[in-house]
Amino acid sequence: MPNNILSATDISVGYHIKKKEKVVLSHLSLSLESGKLTCLFGANGTGKSTLLRTLSGVQPALCGTVMLYDNKNLNSLSRIELAKIISIVNTDYTAAGALSVDEVVSLGRYPYTGFFGVLSREDKKITDNAISSVGLTHLRNRHIATLSDGERQKAMIARALAQDTPIIILDEPTSFLDAASRIETLSLLKSLTREYNKAVLVSTHDISQSLAQADNLWLLTSDKKLICGKVADIIAEKSTLDRLFQGRNVTFSKERLDFIPN
Amino acid sequence: MTKVKFIILILFLIILFPLCMVFGSVDIPAEQVVKILAGADVENEVWKVIIIESRLPMALTAILAGASLSVSGLLLQTAFNNPLAGPSILGISTGASLGVAIIMLAMGGAVTALGATYYAAIIGGAAIGALSVLLLLLFLSTIVKSTTMLLIVGILTGYLTSSAISLLNFFATQEGVHSFIIWGLGNFSGVTMNKLPIFAATSIISLAGATLMIKPLNALLLGNRYAESMGLNITRTRNAILLFSGLLTAIVTAYCGPIGFIGLVVPHIARMIMGTSNHTVILPATILSGAIVGLLCALISVLPSKVEVLPLNAITPIIGVPIIIYIILERKRLHYFN
Repeated sequence: MPNNILSATDISVGYHIKKKEKVVLSHLSLSLESGKLTCLFGANGTGKSTLLRTLSGVQPALCGTVMLYDNKNLNSLSRIELAKIISIVNTDYTAAGALSVDEVVSLGRYPYTGFFGVLSREDKKITDNAISSVGLTHLRNRHIATLSDGERQKAMIARALAQDTPIIILDEPTSFLDAASRIETLSLLKSLTREYNKAVLVSTHDISQSLAQADNLWLLTSDKKLICGKVADIIAEKSTLDRLFQGRNVTFSKERLDFIPN
Repeated sequence: MTKVKFIILILFLIILFPLCMVFGSVDIPAEQVVKILAGADVENEVWKVIIIESRLPMALTAILAGASLSVSGLLLQTAFNNPLAGPSILGISTGASLGVAIIMLAMGGAVTALGATYYAAIIGGAAIGALSVLLLLLFLSTIVKSTTMLLIVGILTGYLTSSAISLLNFFATQEGVHSFIIWGLGNFSGVTMNKLPIFAATSIISLAGATLMIKPLNALLLGNRYAESMGLNITRTRNAILLFSGLLTAIVTAYCGPIGFIGLVVPHIARMIMGTSNHTVILPATILSGAIVGLLCALISVLPSKVEVLPLNAITPIIGVPIIIYIILERKRLHYFN
């Protein structure tokens, strides 16, 4: 698997409303690396989710194309092909409370199973592996409703793992979690990049934890530019992180590795 | 454990069915019922007619109608991600009522005079009415992308249809209104032995169609975005679900009248009994539980009176409402809500 698994040059993202384009972000260039944990920061309303939806192939870019490693246009893939390349984790409400961890994770095999969704021995093995990778083997027969929020999110990450995609995109996966679960989730994601050479892209507001664990950072600044770079490089240049919240009463502190009040 | 629960459900069905054969307005000894069903000769020809032409088709209708309405409700609850969705809420059965209202009120309620043609017209009217609302919903679903909004549009369509029915009633003759009200009470006894094959074939085909949706239904439990990210075509799946659940409701409403609560409540009964939302398990469990509830309603409807059959819509709320209240009170403890 090549290093830059997904890339885009000078794309615009946004919506079509009544046949009119509504551009949310433009002139974005980016590339996502395999085996690396990439964190996306941005104030609320800057268009993080729109960007993630575009990169996950749900909506096409308004201008320019998102390319995969083999020079394929992301939007030229069929639904099933796409589902074998990118899996997602978000904080949507699910009605899966009365499904066991095992059942939820095995749903990740959806693009590989036949018409009735019957699991092959191979599918079961991959499901087992995914559950043990997130450390939920002891809870595998428990209903999702009986899990803590952190465990639930781990189950959803295991489901993405079972989908067996080189790219996993997570939209604020830690937003409902307590401090310990946030740290655990991020280190779990980092270990997955190392263990399976996956490209993991996470949007998060958890600045200090991400700076400690991520390899790469994508910053959506308050003036709607996307800055990509290695964590160390971005921290070294103090003013770069400050561009996230320009005009707000916070500044980035290199000593604290977090934002502090002015 | 799941197997044991399925066996218990089947046992319930096996116990209820003969009860429906034995109980009724005329007392027929149980051993005579067995003889009649086995095809043997009996002393009383009238008994034979009652069993073969009345009780047997009524019980079979109750089984099929109960199962169909329940599966329709299950499909809608999963597709709309809403535990209170059901066939009567989306306006589909109201659409059927409108179709029937037009036929009955236009013909002035001369039921006996027109006989079989009249009956066929009513079934046709119900089917066309239900399918029209269904097609309208399918069309609106291409414009309204949000599932919740579509549910609200369905409810509003139902209201609009009801108002059309009220207007029709206002201008209709008294006989017409009377026979429409009787139809609206719901009953399983309208399907005679010669109508049963068509009713059975259409509902069994639609039920089979619904079982083909098990895989996408399970994916939909995770919500539209997860389902889509796993390769599911949301629009196509939603249309297929609307189509199957609409057909199931249309068929039952056409033959038995608009029957409330069964479609809403039985999927919950199935989920509570089986302790899962996995459609591989609850779809068959919903079919069985629906059949059981259907038979139970049929049995209750003949028990109290020697003369008349109780209207179904007087019975289904008695079973349905306590269950819904229980579900609302216990929702924090029911896993499938959390």
